[in-house]
Amino acid sequence: MKLIINGEDLELNEDVKNIEELITVLGLTDKSLIVEHNQSILKKQEHSVTAVTDGDQLEIVHFVGGG
Amino acid sequence: MLKIGDFQFHSRLLLGTGKYPDFDVQKQAVEVSETEVLTFAVRRMNIFDPVQPNFLEKIDLQKYRFLPNTAGAKNAEEAVRIAKLADASGLCDMIKVEVIGCDKTLLPDPVETLRATEMLLEEGFTVLPYTSDDVVLARKLEELGAHAIMPGASPIGSGQGIINPLNLKFIIEQADVPVIVDAGIGSPCDAAYAMELGADGVLLNTAVSGAKDPVKMAEAMKLAIEAGRLGYEAGRIGRKQYAAASSPKEGISVVE
Repeated sequence: MKLIINGEDLELNEDVKNIEELITVLGLTDKSLIVEHNQSILKKQEHSVTAVTDGDQLEIVHFVGGG
Repeated sequence: MLKIGDFQFHSRLLLGTGKYPDFDVQKQAVEVSETEVLTFAVRRMNIFDPVQPNFLEKIDLQKYRFLPNTAGAKNAEEAVRIAKLADASGLCDMIKVEVIGCDKTLLPDPVETLRATEMLLEEGFTVLPYTSDDVVLARKLEELGAHAIMPGASPIGSGQGIINPLNLKFIIEQADVPVIVDAGIGSPCDAAYAMELGADGVLLNTAVSGAKDPVKMAEAMKLAIEAGRLGYEAGRIGRKQYAAASSPKEGISVVE
């Protein structure tokens, strides 16, 4: 399955069904992050019920230092 | 007490979280400053580096209110998107509208700032727009319903201090919502000056994070803001052209 994450192509061999599983595969489980899936911003509780399919476009963002 | 929307704060210092030498120094600086409001930016995560540390993991989240900014936005629509991303984190108490209109000066785009403020207010956010020191624009932002007005003292990160105290005073006098002087503060005297002008608070970042000793500077800023506020409340004396002796003129003992 190929995904576009943060503007970069990512080929995934693992079987990933939803956003929650994708975050686990990426090793980001404990991170405070925000996911936008095909231009739709997801709440954390939506991660486990949002399906991931080939060609999906994702933005994974977080808080960084700023003024 | 500083009241912004539904929130109340003892501290009148709002602190940015960018450009500290390391997280330990930053954590100490934040604690010493006694700030209750921290700003953040929203950025893409490096998904190939799961171990990357984040400052949010270092602090007690219950102790602070979060004021993410929309930095990076070039127009109102981008600002709204960033605000919604920040909101989805569950750590967005208020939003700082920051729409930059000029890369060299980092001055805000007044038209897009106004639009973004209006759109975010409609979405139900507690909105604090970072704006220039334009008096009419500040009034229009307040008329839209902005929960505080945040005029810059001088360009972001420039450390030039307050370059137009007259405009800031006009903005403060006309406002019925808090005025937070944001950006350009260089030293404790700048922060104290802003408070003496009647500002309700000061938002700063580089002045602390870029100082030789950020922890000491955080304390200095805390004290300067408290001193400036006390001075404002106490009411400074008027300026006279000539001297006025503090000691009585009568009873001076002289050898005749």
